[in-house]
Amino acid sequence: MRSRPWDVYVTGVAETPLGEVTGQTELSMVALAAREALAEAGLGLKDVDGLFVNYLGEQGSVQVGEYLGIQPRYADSTDLGGAAFAAFVHHAMLAVAAGRCEVALVAYASRQRSRRVRRLGETPDPYTLIGQFQAPHGLPRPIGHYALIAARHMHVYGTRPEHLAEVAVAARRWARLNPKAWVRTPLSVDDVLTSRMISTPLHRLDCCLVTDGGGALVITGRAVASGAAKRPVRVLGAGESHTHWQISQMPDLTVSAGAVSGREAFAMAGIGPDDVDFTEPYDSFTITPLLAFEDLGFCGRGEGGEFVSGGRLGPGGELPSMTSGGGLSYNHPGALGVQLLVEAVRQIRGEAGERQVPRHRVGLVHAVGGCYSAASTVILAQD
Amino acid sequence: MDHDPLTTWFWQGAAEGVLLVQRCEECGHHQFYPRPFCLRCESDRVVPIEASGAGTLYSFTVVHVSTGLDVPPPYAVGLVTLDEGPRLLARLVGLDHTIGDRVTVRWRDGNPHPVFGPAARPASR
Repeated sequence: MRSRPWDVYVTGVAETPLGEVTGQTELSMVALAAREALAEAGLGLKDVDGLFVNYLGEQGSVQVGEYLGIQPRYADSTDLGGAAFAAFVHHAMLAVAAGRCEVALVAYASRQRSRRVRRLGETPDPYTLIGQFQAPHGLPRPIGHYALIAARHMHVYGTRPEHLAEVAVAARRWARLNPKAWVRTPLSVDDVLTSRMISTPLHRLDCCLVTDGGGALVITGRAVASGAAKRPVRVLGAGESHTHWQISQMPDLTVSAGAVSGREAFAMAGIGPDDVDFTEPYDSFTITPLLAFEDLGFCGRGEGGEFVSGGRLGPGGELPSMTSGGGLSYNHPGALGVQLLVEAVRQIRGEAGERQVPRHRVGLVHAVGGCYSAASTVILAQD
Repeated sequence: MDHDPLTTWFWQGAAEGVLLVQRCEECGHHQFYPRPFCLRCESDRVVPIEASGAGTLYSFTVVHVSTGLDVPPPYAVGLVTLDEGPRLLARLVGLDHTIGDRVTVRWRDGNPHPVFGPAARPASR
C-alpha cells in the first residue's frame, strides 16, 4: 500500500485478566495489559509518550500516568463512553501522524462485576437536564433507551424479535470457539425469546454481560512499528460522532452517530463496506449491531433484521462479526471498545485460533457509547 | 439543592397542569427543553407558550424491572412527539399502546411530571 500522511499502526495488544477478577484493582489490571501490549510492540513503559485513557479515576489519564510512571507529552481522556476507545485510536492516529507523540498507549479496565457498581436507575435532580426530564420517568439506563430504539426500528421497518435474537445467537456461536468467553453454552433463538423480558422488546438474553475485563493497545508510526515483535496492523481510517445525551433529543431513533463515524472512517480509508472481511461491532444489546450495519452501509435502511439473520455473522458466515463472542457472550466490562480492537488485531494477524476468520485482510471495529449517544469507527488492515 | 433557572417557568406551569414549551417569536420554531435562545435562528426572542398537549407516540417500552422509582413494574415509558414539534420522554398511562397512537397530556395530583395517555377520540390518520 502507498504511504499516507496517517501511516500509523497498532503494534501491540493485550487483554487484562477477564471474568471475575480478584486480587487486582483496575489500575493493576491496566498495568498488566499495558506491559504485555508494549512487549508485543517491542517497547516498554518508558517509551510511552502519548496516553489515551479514561474511566480509571478522576482527571482521566493523570492517575494512570502516575501509576505507570508515564509523563506524556500528549494526553487524551475524551469521554465518549464505550465509544471512547475507537475514538482514542482516531486521535492517536492523528497525534502520531502529526509527530506530537511516537508511542501511544490506549488502555481500560473495569471490575464492574466484582464490585457490583452497575445500577439501572438515574437520579432525579432539579438542576441537571437528565435529572429533570429523564430520570423521573423510570427508563432503565441504558437498556430502556436501546429498547426504545429497537421498538421504533420494529415499528418502522417490521424488524422482529427473532432478528434481534439472531445477533445473540451469532455472538454465542463465536464464544463457543473462544476459551476466554464468559458464556460458552449453546444458545438458540428460542432461548433468547423465552428469556425474561426486561424492557420490551429486549429480553435478558438481548443484553450484554456484566463482567470484569479490559485491555490495552499500542499505536505507533511506521518507523517504530518496524521493531515490533508481532506483525503491525495498519490503521486505515477512523471516525467519530455523537447525537444526543437525552434519548428524547436523538433526532431519529433509527439513525445513530455511526452514520457519520462510518462515513468518515470509510472516506479516510478509501474503501467501502464491500472491502471489509469481518467486523467487530459493539454488541451492548442485540439492536446495537443490527442498527450499526445499516448506519455503516453494510445493508440498506431497514434491512438490518434480514442482514443479521441466516448465519451471516456467525462462524462460516459471509460477514463474520463479534468474533470473540462480543459483549453478549465473551466479556463486557462496561466499555468493550479496547477489546473489540484487540480482537480485530488478532484476527488480522491470523492468531485467533479456532475462531480465526478465513479472510482477514480488512477488519472494521464499530464502538458505541452512552445510550447510543456516541459512535466511533476504526478500519484496520494487513500492511 | 440547586435549581435550573432556565426551567422555572416550565415547572410553574406543570404545577398548574399546563404544558409549556419554548417558541421563537422570530422564526416560529418550538423547542424543548429550554435554551437561552432559538437553536434554529439564534434569536433571543424565545418565549414560553402553552402546548396543545396533543402528540403522537414515537416509541415506547414496557419496563419489567425495578429502577427504584415510585411505581412498581411493569409500567410504560414513551417518547411523544408534540404537535408543535419537540419530543418528550414521559410515563404512559396503562401498558397497551401502539407506536403512532395519538396521545394527550395528563397530570397526576402532587406530581409535577406530565404523563401521556390515549387521546379521547380515535385520531383520523
